[in-house]
Amino acid sequence: MSNKLPTRLRAIKLYKELYRIGKDYPNPSYDFHGKLRRAFEKNRTAQGEGAERAFRLGEYIKQETLALYSLRKYRHLKNAYYSDEGVKASSVPTLEKESGKE
Amino acid sequence: MRPSSARLLNILVPIKRSIDYAVKIRVNPQQTGVETNVKHSMNPFDEIGVEEAVRLREKLKDAVKNITVVTIGPTKANEMLRTALAMGADKGIHIEIPETLSPEPLGVAKALKEVVNKEKPDLVILGKQAIDDDAGQTGQMLAGLMGWSQATFASKVEVDEPRGVVTVTREVDGGLQKVECKLPAIVTTDLRLNEPRYTSLPNIMKAKKKPIEKLSAEELGVDLRPRLETVKVTEPPKRKGGAKVESVDELVAKLKEAGVA
Repeated sequence: MSNKLPTRLRAIKLYKELYRIGKDYPNPSYDFHGKLRRAFEKNRTAQGEGAERAFRLGEYIKQETLALYSLRKYRHLKNAYYSDEGVKASSVPTLEKESGKE
Repeated sequence: MRPSSARLLNILVPIKRSIDYAVKIRVNPQQTGVETNVKHSMNPFDEIGVEEAVRLREKLKDAVKNITVVTIGPTKANEMLRTALAMGADKGIHIEIPETLSPEPLGVAKALKEVVNKEKPDLVILGKQAIDDDAGQTGQMLAGLMGWSQATFASKVEVDEPRGVVTVTREVDGGLQKVECKLPAIVTTDLRLNEPRYTSLPNIMKAKKKPIEKLSAEELGVDLRPRLETVKVTEPPKRKGGAKVESVDELVAKLKEAGVA
Protein backbone atom coordinates (compact mmCIF):
# COMPACT_ATOMS: atom_id res chain seq x y z
CA MET A 1 0.00 0.00 0.00
CA SER A 2 2.60 2.49 1.15
CA ASN A 3 4.81 1.51 -1.78
CA LYS A 4 2.51 3.40 -4.11
CA LEU A 5 2.93 6.63 -2.20
CA PRO A 6 5.61 9.03 -3.44
CA THR A 7 8.81 8.84 -1.41
CA ARG A 8 8.26 12.27 0.10
CA LEU A 9 4.85 11.36 1.51
CA ARG A 10 6.13 8.05 2.78
CA ALA A 11 8.92 9.85 4.60
CA ILE A 12 6.51 12.34 6.17
CA LYS A 13 4.21 9.53 7.27
CA LEU A 14 7.06 7.59 8.86
CA TYR A 15 8.39 10.73 10.54
CA LYS A 16 4.98 11.52 12.06
CA GLU A 17 4.61 7.98 13.37
CA LEU A 18 8.09 7.90 14.87
CA TYR A 19 7.61 11.36 16.36
CA ARG A 20 4.47 10.28 18.17
CA ILE A 21 6.08 7.07 19.40
CA GLY A 22 9.02 9.14 20.66
CA LYS A 23 6.73 11.15 22.92
CA ASP A 24 6.24 8.08 25.09
CA TYR A 25 9.93 7.24 25.36
CA PRO A 26 10.60 6.20 28.97
CA ASN A 27 14.03 7.78 29.40
CA PRO A 28 13.71 11.59 29.30
CA SER A 29 17.44 12.13 28.85
CA TYR A 30 17.48 10.10 25.62
CA ASP A 31 17.09 12.60 22.81
CA PHE A 32 14.68 10.55 20.69
CA HIS A 33 13.27 13.45 18.69
CA GLY A 34 16.69 15.01 18.07
CA LYS A 35 18.10 11.71 16.83
CA LEU A 36 15.01 11.19 14.71
CA ARG A 37 15.32 14.59 13.09
CA ARG A 38 19.05 14.24 12.43
CA ALA A 39 18.55 10.80 10.90
CA PHE A 40 15.92 12.15 8.54
CA GLU A 41 18.04 15.19 7.67
CA LYS A 42 20.98 12.98 6.86
CA ASN A 43 18.89 11.04 4.35
CA ARG A 44 17.04 13.96 2.84
CA THR A 45 18.65 13.56 -0.57
CA ALA A 46 18.45 9.77 -0.56
CA GLN A 47 17.06 8.24 -3.74
CA GLY A 48 16.10 4.79 -4.96
CA GLU A 49 17.83 1.98 -3.13
CA GLY A 50 19.34 4.35 -0.54
CA ALA A 51 15.90 5.69 0.34
CA GLU A 52 14.52 2.15 0.60
CA ARG A 53 17.28 1.22 3.02
CA ALA A 54 16.49 4.28 5.14
CA PHE A 55 12.79 3.38 5.18
CA ARG A 56 13.58 -0.16 6.25
CA LEU A 57 15.72 1.17 9.08
CA GLY A 58 12.91 3.52 10.12
CA GLU A 59 10.36 0.72 10.15
CA TYR A 60 12.75 -1.43 12.12
CA ILE A 61 13.25 1.27 14.74
CA LYS A 62 9.49 1.72 14.96
CA GLN A 63 8.98 -1.99 15.58
CA GLU A 64 11.76 -2.20 18.12
CA THR A 65 10.56 0.85 20.06
CA LEU A 66 7.01 -0.50 20.23
CA ALA A 67 8.35 -3.86 21.38
CA LEU A 68 10.37 -2.05 24.04
CA TYR A 69 7.25 -0.28 25.33
CA SER A 70 5.08 -3.37 25.51
CA LEU A 71 7.85 -5.44 27.09
CA ARG A 72 8.45 -2.74 29.68
CA LYS A 73 4.79 -2.73 30.64
CA TYR A 74 4.61 -6.52 30.68
CA ARG A 75 7.70 -6.80 32.88
CA HIS A 76 6.43 -4.17 35.28
CA LEU A 77 3.13 -6.01 35.74
CA LYS A 78 4.89 -9.34 36.03
CA ASN A 79 7.17 -8.05 38.76
CA ALA A 80 4.30 -6.39 40.57
CA TYR A 81 1.80 -9.22 40.51
CA TYR A 82 3.48 -12.50 39.67
CA SER A 83 6.45 -12.73 41.98
CA ASP A 84 6.15 -16.50 42.64
CA GLU A 85 6.43 -17.65 39.07
CA GLY A 86 8.26 -20.99 39.44
CA VAL A 87 5.24 -23.28 39.68
CA LYS A 88 3.16 -21.61 37.02
CA ALA A 89 5.82 -21.36 34.34
CA SER A 90 6.60 -25.05 34.51
CA SER A 91 2.94 -26.05 34.36
CA VAL A 92 2.07 -24.00 31.30
CA PRO A 93 3.16 -26.53 28.65
CA THR A 94 1.70 -29.52 30.50
CA LEU A 95 -1.90 -28.63 29.73
CA GLU A 96 -1.08 -28.35 26.04
CA LYS A 97 0.49 -31.81 26.22
CA GLU A 98 -2.47 -33.20 28.15
CA SER A 99 -5.06 -31.84 25.75
CA GLY A 100 -3.00 -33.18 22.84
CA LYS A 101 -3.21 -36.72 24.26
CA GLU A 102 -6.99 -36.79 24.47
CA MET B 1 -26.68 -25.43 3.96
CA ARG B 2 -29.23 -25.39 6.68
CA PRO B 3 -30.02 -21.87 7.71
CA SER B 4 -29.09 -21.34 11.29
CA SER B 5 -30.33 -18.50 13.40
CA ALA B 6 -27.70 -15.83 13.06
CA ARG B 7 -26.22 -15.15 16.42
CA LEU B 8 -24.30 -11.96 16.46
CA LEU B 9 -21.98 -11.19 19.30
CA ASN B 10 -22.09 -7.95 21.16
CA ILE B 11 -19.07 -7.41 23.35
CA LEU B 12 -18.89 -4.97 26.24
CA VAL B 13 -15.53 -3.97 27.68
CA PRO B 14 -15.51 -1.87 30.85
CA ILE B 15 -12.28 0.12 31.27
CA LYS B 16 -10.81 2.20 34.06
CA ARG B 17 -8.61 5.27 34.03
CA SER B 18 -5.86 4.64 36.52
CA ILE B 19 -2.49 6.11 37.41
CA ASP B 20 0.09 5.13 34.80
CA TYR B 21 2.06 2.02 35.66
CA ALA B 22 5.39 3.83 35.35
CA VAL B 23 4.51 6.57 37.86
CA LYS B 24 5.98 6.36 41.34
CA ILE B 25 3.01 6.44 43.71
CA ARG B 26 3.19 9.03 46.49
CA VAL B 27 0.88 9.60 49.43
CA ASN B 28 -0.57 13.11 49.53
CA PRO B 29 0.39 15.39 52.47
CA GLN B 30 -3.10 15.19 54.05
CA GLN B 31 -2.73 11.37 54.15
CA THR B 32 -6.18 10.93 52.65
CA GLY B 33 -5.04 9.15 49.52
CA VAL B 34 -2.37 9.14 46.85
CA GLU B 35 -1.19 12.03 44.70
CA THR B 36 -3.53 12.00 41.68
CA ASN B 37 -2.09 14.95 39.78
CA VAL B 38 0.14 12.62 37.74
CA LYS B 39 0.07 10.87 34.38
CA HIS B 40 -2.90 8.57 33.95
CA SER B 41 -3.50 5.85 31.41
CA MET B 42 -5.82 2.96 30.79
CA ASN B 43 -5.53 0.15 33.32
CA PRO B 44 -3.21 -2.38 31.57
CA PHE B 45 -5.49 -5.34 32.32
CA ASP B 46 -8.41 -3.47 30.72
CA GLU B 47 -6.20 -2.76 27.74
CA ILE B 48 -5.75 -6.52 27.42
CA GLY B 49 -9.55 -6.83 27.54
CA VAL B 50 -10.04 -4.33 24.71
CA GLU B 51 -7.33 -6.06 22.68
CA GLU B 52 -9.04 -9.43 23.18
CA ALA B 53 -12.37 -8.05 21.98
CA VAL B 54 -10.70 -6.62 18.88
CA ARG B 55 -8.87 -9.90 18.25
CA LEU B 56 -12.14 -11.83 18.56
CA ARG B 57 -13.53 -9.62 15.83
CA GLU B 58 -10.47 -10.17 13.66
CA LYS B 59 -10.94 -13.93 14.08
CA LEU B 60 -14.73 -14.20 13.86
CA LYS B 61 -15.16 -11.36 11.33
CA ASP B 62 -18.83 -10.38 11.01
CA ALA B 63 -20.00 -12.57 13.88
CA VAL B 64 -18.92 -9.81 16.23
CA LYS B 65 -21.49 -7.13 15.67
CA ASN B 66 -20.44 -4.50 18.10
CA ILE B 67 -17.70 -3.73 20.59
CA THR B 68 -18.73 -1.20 23.20
CA VAL B 69 -16.38 0.25 25.79
CA VAL B 70 -17.69 1.77 28.99
CA THR B 71 -15.90 3.74 31.65
CA ILE B 72 -16.88 5.27 34.97
CA GLY B 73 -14.72 8.25 35.75
CA PRO B 74 -14.11 11.98 35.64
CA THR B 75 -14.20 14.04 32.44
CA LYS B 76 -10.63 13.05 31.60
CA ALA B 77 -11.62 9.37 31.39
CA ASN B 78 -12.85 10.37 27.96
CA GLU B 79 -9.26 10.03 26.71
CA MET B 80 -9.22 6.38 27.75
CA LEU B 81 -12.41 5.78 25.76
CA ARG B 82 -10.78 7.41 22.72
CA THR B 83 -7.74 5.15 23.11
CA ALA B 84 -9.99 2.09 23.26
CA LEU B 85 -11.91 3.30 20.21
CA ALA B 86 -8.61 3.79 18.38
CA MET B 87 -7.68 0.21 19.24
CA GLY B 88 -10.79 -0.95 17.41
CA ALA B 89 -13.91 -0.61 19.56
CA ASP B 90 -17.02 0.87 17.93
CA LYS B 91 -18.79 2.85 20.59
CA GLY B 92 -18.05 4.40 23.96
CA ILE B 93 -20.19 5.03 27.00
CA HIS B 94 -18.94 7.47 29.60
CA ILE B 95 -20.55 7.49 33.03
CA GLU B 96 -19.30 10.76 34.38
CA ILE B 97 -18.57 11.21 38.06
CA PRO B 98 -16.77 13.98 39.96
CA GLU B 99 -12.98 13.77 40.19
CA THR B 100 -13.03 13.35 43.98
CA LEU B 101 -15.36 10.36 44.00
CA SER B 102 -13.72 6.97 43.79
CA PRO B 103 -16.40 4.29 43.51
CA GLU B 104 -16.04 0.83 45.02
CA PRO B 105 -16.35 -2.47 43.13
CA LEU B 106 -19.95 -3.07 44.24
CA GLY B 107 -21.07 0.36 43.05
CA VAL B 108 -19.20 -0.11 39.78
CA ALA B 109 -20.72 -3.58 39.30
CA LYS B 110 -24.22 -2.19 39.90
CA ALA B 111 -23.66 0.59 37.37
CA LEU B 112 -22.26 -1.94 34.87
CA LYS B 113 -25.33 -4.10 35.44
CA GLU B 114 -27.53 -1.23 34.30
CA VAL B 115 -25.30 -0.72 31.26
CA VAL B 116 -25.47 -4.46 30.48
CA ASN B 117 -29.27 -4.40 30.73
CA LYS B 118 -29.31 -1.47 28.35
CA GLU B 119 -26.76 -2.68 25.81
CA LYS B 120 -27.53 -6.42 26.01
CA PRO B 121 -24.02 -7.74 25.32
CA ASP B 122 -23.32 -11.48 24.97
CA LEU B 123 -19.84 -11.22 26.36
CA VAL B 124 -18.38 -8.85 28.90
CA ILE B 125 -14.57 -8.75 29.04
CA LEU B 126 -13.09 -7.02 32.07
CA GLY B 127 -9.58 -6.62 33.36
CA LYS B 128 -9.05 -8.91 36.35
CA GLN B 129 -8.12 -5.94 38.52
CA ALA B 130 -7.13 -2.31 38.27
CA ILE B 131 -3.56 -1.45 39.12
CA ASP B 132 -4.59 1.35 41.49
CA ASP B 133 -7.05 -0.22 43.95
CA ASP B 134 -6.17 -3.84 43.19
CA ALA B 135 -9.57 -4.99 44.38
CA GLY B 136 -10.16 -7.59 41.66
CA GLN B 137 -13.86 -7.91 42.48
CA THR B 138 -15.84 -6.06 39.84
CA GLY B 139 -16.06 -8.89 37.30
CA GLN B 140 -17.15 -11.45 39.85
CA MET B 141 -19.70 -9.08 41.39
CA LEU B 142 -21.14 -8.25 37.98
CA ALA B 143 -21.46 -11.97 37.20
CA GLY B 144 -23.22 -12.45 40.53
CA LEU B 145 -25.61 -9.57 39.98
CA MET B 146 -26.47 -10.72 36.46
CA GLY B 147 -26.57 -14.43 37.31
CA TRP B 148 -24.27 -15.13 34.32
CA SER B 149 -21.42 -17.59 33.97
CA GLN B 150 -18.01 -16.22 34.76
CA ALA B 151 -14.50 -17.22 33.75
CA THR B 152 -11.89 -15.22 35.61
CA PHE B 153 -8.14 -14.85 34.94
CA ALA B 154 -8.41 -15.90 31.33
CA SER B 155 -5.20 -16.70 29.48
CA LYS B 156 -7.01 -17.92 26.36
CA VAL B 157 -10.51 -17.21 25.07
CA GLU B 158 -12.21 -19.11 22.26
CA VAL B 159 -15.74 -18.28 21.24
CA ASP B 160 -17.85 -20.91 19.48
CA GLU B 161 -20.49 -18.54 18.31
CA PRO B 162 -22.93 -20.93 16.54
CA ARG B 163 -23.11 -23.08 19.68
CA GLY B 164 -23.23 -20.04 21.90
CA VAL B 165 -20.39 -21.10 24.20
CA VAL B 166 -17.07 -19.62 25.14
CA THR B 167 -14.14 -21.82 26.13
CA VAL B 168 -11.75 -20.11 28.49
CA THR B 169 -8.38 -21.31 29.74
CA ARG B 170 -7.90 -19.90 33.22
CA GLU B 171 -4.75 -19.33 35.19
CA VAL B 172 -5.20 -20.93 38.59
CA ASP B 173 -2.68 -21.70 41.32
CA GLY B 174 -0.17 -24.19 40.00
CA GLY B 175 -1.65 -24.70 36.56
CA LEU B 176 -4.29 -24.02 33.99
CA GLN B 177 -7.97 -24.83 34.00
CA LYS B 178 -10.25 -25.02 31.00
CA VAL B 179 -13.89 -24.02 31.45
CA GLU B 180 -16.75 -23.85 29.01
CA CYS B 181 -19.37 -21.17 29.60
CA LYS B 182 -22.71 -20.60 27.97
CA LEU B 183 -23.13 -17.14 26.56
CA PRO B 184 -23.86 -14.59 27.89
CA ALA B 185 -20.77 -14.73 30.03
CA ILE B 186 -18.29 -12.61 31.96
CA VAL B 187 -14.58 -13.01 31.27
CA THR B 188 -11.80 -11.31 33.21
CA THR B 189 -8.38 -11.10 31.63
CA ASP B 190 -5.03 -12.18 32.96
CA LEU B 191 -1.66 -10.77 31.96
CA ARG B 192 -0.75 -13.46 29.43
CA LEU B 193 -3.95 -13.33 27.38
CA ASN B 194 -2.43 -11.11 24.69
CA GLU B 195 -0.16 -8.14 24.01
CA PRO B 196 -2.18 -4.97 23.50
CA ARG B 197 -1.45 -3.06 20.32
CA TYR B 198 -0.10 0.45 20.12
CA THR B 199 -2.68 2.65 18.44
CA SER B 200 -1.68 4.00 15.06
CA LEU B 201 -2.10 7.61 13.99
CA PRO B 202 -4.80 7.02 11.34
CA ASN B 203 -6.82 4.97 13.82
CA ILE B 204 -6.63 7.75 16.39
CA MET B 205 -8.04 10.16 13.81
CA LYS B 206 -10.80 7.69 12.93
CA ALA B 207 -11.63 7.20 16.61
CA LYS B 208 -12.49 10.89 16.90
CA LYS B 209 -15.52 10.29 14.71
CA LYS B 210 -16.83 7.34 16.72
CA PRO B 211 -19.77 8.01 19.06
CA ILE B 212 -19.44 8.42 22.82
CA GLU B 213 -22.60 8.42 24.88
CA LYS B 214 -22.59 10.35 28.15
CA LEU B 215 -24.52 9.07 31.12
CA SER B 216 -24.66 9.92 34.79
CA ALA B 217 -25.02 7.68 37.82
CA GLU B 218 -28.41 9.26 38.55
CA GLU B 219 -29.70 8.36 35.09
CA LEU B 220 -28.74 4.75 35.72
CA GLY B 221 -30.29 4.88 39.18
CA VAL B 222 -27.20 3.74 41.04
CA ASP B 223 -25.39 5.17 44.02
CA LEU B 224 -21.65 5.22 43.41
CA ARG B 225 -20.73 6.78 46.74
CA PRO B 226 -18.26 4.57 48.61
CA ARG B 227 -19.52 2.66 51.63
CA LEU B 228 -16.11 2.43 53.20
CA GLU B 229 -14.37 5.35 54.80
CA THR B 230 -10.64 5.77 54.33
CA VAL B 231 -9.20 6.70 57.70
CA LYS B 232 -5.60 7.25 56.77
CA VAL B 233 -3.15 6.41 54.01
CA THR B 234 0.53 6.09 54.88
CA GLU B 235 3.63 4.95 53.09
CA PRO B 236 5.20 1.63 54.06
CA PRO B 237 8.21 1.93 56.40
CA LYS B 238 11.43 2.86 54.65
CA ARG B 239 13.85 0.00 54.11
CA LYS B 240 16.90 0.27 56.33
CA GLY B 241 20.26 -0.20 54.69
CA GLY B 242 22.53 -3.07 55.68
CA ALA B 243 26.11 -2.78 56.92
CA LYS B 244 29.33 -4.72 56.66
CA VAL B 245 30.82 -6.33 59.79
CA GLU B 246 34.54 -6.63 60.39
CA SER B 247 34.72 -9.99 62.12
CA VAL B 248 32.72 -13.06 63.08
CA ASP B 249 32.56 -11.98 66.72
CA GLU B 250 31.00 -8.70 65.72
CA LEU B 251 28.49 -10.55 63.57
CA VAL B 252 27.52 -12.86 66.44
CA ALA B 253 27.20 -9.88 68.76
CA LYS B 254 24.94 -8.10 66.28
CA LEU B 255 22.82 -11.21 65.79
CA LYS B 256 22.43 -11.59 69.55
CA GLU B 257 21.44 -7.97 69.78
CA ALA B 258 18.78 -8.54 67.11
CA GLY B 259 17.54 -11.57 69.05
CA VAL B 260 18.34 -14.12 66.32
CA ALA B 261 20.83 -16.33 68.11
